[in-house]
Amino acid sequence: MKLIIAIIKPFKLEEVKTALAEVGVEGMTVTEVKGFGRQKGHTEIYRGSEYTVDFLPKVKIEIGVADEVVAKAVGAIVKAAKTGKIGDGKVFVTPVEEVVRIRTDERGEAAL
Amino acid sequence: MHTPLRSLRWCFFACLAGLFCLTAAAQTAAPAAPTTDERLAALEAYVNNGDPGKALTGVAGPGHNGWMMTSAALVLFMTLPGLALFYGGLVRKKNVLSVLAQCLGITGLVTLLWWAFGYSLVFGSNFNSPFLGGTEYFFLKGVTSAPNTNYAYWVSQNVFAMYQLMFAIITPALIVGAIAERMKFNAIIAFVTVWMFVVYFPLAHMVWGSTGYMNGVWNGDAHIPAIDFAGGTVVHMSSGWSALLLCLILGPRVGFGKDKMAPHSMVLCMVGTGMLWVGWYGFNAGSAVAADGIAANAFTTTTLATAVAAFTWGAIERLFRGHASILGFCSGAVAGLVVITPACGFVDSTGAVIIGVLAAVVPYLACTKLKAAFGYDDALDTFGVHAVGGTLGALVTGFLATASVNANLTGAPAVKNGLAKLVTDGGLWLAQLKAISLTLVLAVVSTVVIAYILKAVIGLRPTEEVERQGLDINEHGEEGYVS
Repeated sequence: MKLIIAIIKPFKLEEVKTALAEVGVEGMTVTEVKGFGRQKGHTEIYRGSEYTVDFLPKVKIEIGVADEVVAKAVGAIVKAAKTGKIGDGKVFVTPVEEVVRIRTDERGEAAL
Repeated sequence: MHTPLRSLRWCFFACLAGLFCLTAAAQTAAPAAPTTDERLAALEAYVNNGDPGKALTGVAGPGHNGWMMTSAALVLFMTLPGLALFYGGLVRKKNVLSVLAQCLGITGLVTLLWWAFGYSLVFGSNFNSPFLGGTEYFFLKGVTSAPNTNYAYWVSQNVFAMYQLMFAIITPALIVGAIAERMKFNAIIAFVTVWMFVVYFPLAHMVWGSTGYMNGVWNGDAHIPAIDFAGGTVVHMSSGWSALLLCLILGPRVGFGKDKMAPHSMVLCMVGTGMLWVGWYGFNAGSAVAADGIAANAFTTTTLATAVAAFTWGAIERLFRGHASILGFCSGAVAGLVVITPACGFVDSTGAVIIGVLAAVVPYLACTKLKAAFGYDDALDTFGVHAVGGTLGALVTGFLATASVNANLTGAPAVKNGLAKLVTDGGLWLAQLKAISLTLVLAVVSTVVIAYILKAVIGLRPTEEVERQGLDINEHGEEGYVS
């Protein structure tokens, strides 16, 4: 089992969600986050005052998947979230030791 | 014994007495019954906003009175919630309530001062002084629904007093913008209390009082025959220049130049700007103190100058910075309103468009270049918009005023004090410059004295910890946004 964490551009969320559904991913957790990578921040000007904003709004998607789904899911995210411009985001994949479905107490892949 | 002759004699006396009574009654009633011509003339005077004569004394004209009540409500709407939201949106989230509290607090405080002394000190007359009104209207004694014909033939004096109160409220509220996010609430209240007596009441009398020092249009004995239709000097210059000095004496906000101090809600700011614009019709067109042709002209010039200034400010930003910002449009609109204020009842539509362009260019430079060059922390640009705009407006009025839209510029008092000659032959701008200088000196000197005294006695600033945490929680015990 793996946990996929994808940081993407907020306006790409719908496309990524659809693409994941197509490869069989049935659930996800989405958080609005802020951050920066190579894109850096931007400048806001209010009348005479200039402010550099380091953190840009992004969306973080977290999904737990079975090992055989990982490649398809990551591929779907990358394909759907890509604009080719700086700031498209990143996908992290980490191993998961245990998953529990709270309602039924199921464990492991059955709980995904 | 009852004889016919005696009865006849009684009858004769009774008739004589009756006749006498009738003539006496006719003699006392005669002045109270105006002729048809007089009554007609009084009605014509109502239409022309003139003196009704004896036929209609002590009566307010419904149309004029109705417009002035509407205007008074509109001017209050400028402060609550117009200015409160305009400023409130521009501060950081942690200080939004402090701005609202300051606007509300000033409204209550100034209303009390106005009722007790203010109205009388501005619009009373028993001092017979060019600098202050009088004592006869203290506690609004004698201020009834009958008009005060020194100021308006057809508007109830209580309505006039309430209308002028709204100006007295918004003026100190404008100062809040320059010192936002860093002054103690009780220090602001104390400052405004003293400032009203030292700056506003005298200045408003000088400009608008019937015996005022620089009331060129209405006071034949005015020393400076200057003009200010709706308060370029009284409202915007006085508050703007005082704001600059108070901001310098306070010093910049903690973290100024390092922390991000961007507006927390441009949406609230825009909503407030729209309310200011709408309310300003009461401010400018209402300053005719009648629903007459001069008010109609002021309504038109206000619209033109404001729209042109808003669009121009946005265009300047688009050209030189790449984006036409909401704050740019809002700043342009407010600057346009400020600059047209002293001029609105004296210039024509062409003058208004010229003023609109100037109102964008000059305050834009003040808010961006001037502020950056000197590094003062005029938090919400009260100085850049109101002081610079008010001064510009007062000066430009000297060049663009024309008697073709306002015959009062060449009326009897204006002929006596020399204004009429300045309007027709040119040179009014010099009188305007004198009025500007007097306003500037009064505002600056008084603010320095009041601020340093208060600083020594009660202190002006909260502690650094309070300032970092925000004024809302610490000064008012509330949060603007509870999540």
